[in-house]
Amino acid sequence: MDSFLYILALAGIKLGIVFTLVLLAAAALVYLERRIAGIIQDRLGPNRTGPFGLLQPFADVTKLLMKEDIVPEAANKKIHGIAPIITLGVAFVVYAVIPFGDYILINGEKIYMGLATAPDINIGILFILAMTSVGIYGITLAGWSSNNKYSLIGGLRSAAQMVSYEIAMGLALVGVVMLTGSFGLSDIVRHQDGWLWNIFTQPLGFIIFLTASFAEMNRTPFDLPEADAELVGGYNTEYSGMKFGMFFLAEYANMATSSAIIALVYLGGWTLPVPAETLGLEDGSVLLGLAQFVTFIVKIFAMTIFIIWVRWSIPRFRYDQLMHLGWKILLPLGLINLVLTAVGIKIFA
Amino acid sequence: MNNRKNTEVERMSLAEKAYLPEIARGLGLTLRRLFRPKMTRQYPEERWQPLGSYRGRPVLVKDSDGERCVACGLCARVCPALAIEVQAGETDKTKERYPAKFEINMLRCIYCGFCEEACPEEAIVMSPNYVFTTRSRNKAILDKEALLTPAEELKERLEFLKQFKNQ
Repeated sequence: MDSFLYILALAGIKLGIVFTLVLLAAAALVYLERRIAGIIQDRLGPNRTGPFGLLQPFADVTKLLMKEDIVPEAANKKIHGIAPIITLGVAFVVYAVIPFGDYILINGEKIYMGLATAPDINIGILFILAMTSVGIYGITLAGWSSNNKYSLIGGLRSAAQMVSYEIAMGLALVGVVMLTGSFGLSDIVRHQDGWLWNIFTQPLGFIIFLTASFAEMNRTPFDLPEADAELVGGYNTEYSGMKFGMFFLAEYANMATSSAIIALVYLGGWTLPVPAETLGLEDGSVLLGLAQFVTFIVKIFAMTIFIIWVRWSIPRFRYDQLMHLGWKILLPLGLINLVLTAVGIKIFA
Repeated sequence: MNNRKNTEVERMSLAEKAYLPEIARGLGLTLRRLFRPKMTRQYPEERWQPLGSYRGRPVLVKDSDGERCVACGLCARVCPALAIEVQAGETDKTKERYPAKFEINMLRCIYCGFCEEACPEEAIVMSPNYVFTTRSRNKAILDKEALLTPAEELKERLEFLKQFKNQ
């Protein structure tokens, strides 16, 4: 019973930390997005709310919380309410397997820096792929339950889009898994120690995965389910108040998640740029854990800034262009990458 | 045979079809924006100074010897939005008439400048003032006190009118 309570308490603490971190990251990303959009368009962006406009995202959320929640009369009210919960929930659940660093030794006990209740889970990548697929349900159900033609088209697009990029995404990841010999995210990161980042060994796989990630996050150039210009707002047309706010937060939480996955799988995750010994940090010490955590966060933010930068540079793909890209280009490229990786492993290892 | 390349896709070179170099070019373009001066004007602190040709809130000109207006009522007559109300009064001075009441309803004014054109005394002119929001509708109806403005403040507009009015 004691150990059960201990596990429960530990999970609770980790849950609290990750929940706060993800929400803070989402707030920071909203601010970054608006500021970078401003700069790219020769404007300044929000700079009035708080110092440098840093409180802008909190003002946004406060406004959304105080707004009236309108549900269309003809909507399927239950599903209409559940859809944003699925979307936001999935965005959080993925953090269950994301390691923020290697283990810390406290009283000779290994504590892994992550939310995982099963420490150092060995199927991390599979879990992430499964969960992000579930996230599409939120958008599709939102589109269907709204009983609005634009929402429905947005939801359908989201489902069709998922089918066409997820295979390529999986194939790109298989290359990494072949190199590492493990599905565990911690193993994949440890394999990249000492600047052996997968982006250098798997450049083609990286490009495929990055492209597919943009589609998964529903961000420009693949924000077809939302497509404000043609679908009014796509799946979230009929949402208002905090239900819309949940979609909004989920978008940014997803962005942080995808950046974290890219950083883990291709950019060396929490491995330090120099070996820990040269910094004089002991294996398993708290300081080393902190250094790893900071390295990881820096990588995530660099990646998100890149994603925002792309959004304000590249126009939206047409629907058929996305299908063409997914099935006729990314899928064969993924297979080629797979063959190349296999040959490479055979030759060099 | 007709070998003309008809679609955009057919006209693209291989490098353009590969898409990635063009994306890099696009990203470079937006990156350069980072170092360009920003267009934003920090409004309440940094205000735009209108030129003489600007038609802002209409005001009554006040010279050193008092108001110019002789309450002829031409401005009220010409006003397409019926925003001006004038009632004349009489004095013993050489300039016999003066406006006993002069009101401009800023909720009605459309800033056309007809009043200014019609005025024979150059007594009503469009000022450079564009900041005049109020919290109640009653306050948007400006009386004579609020309208009278010293001629020095309207110098640019008066110069502009001398140069271009009635041409």
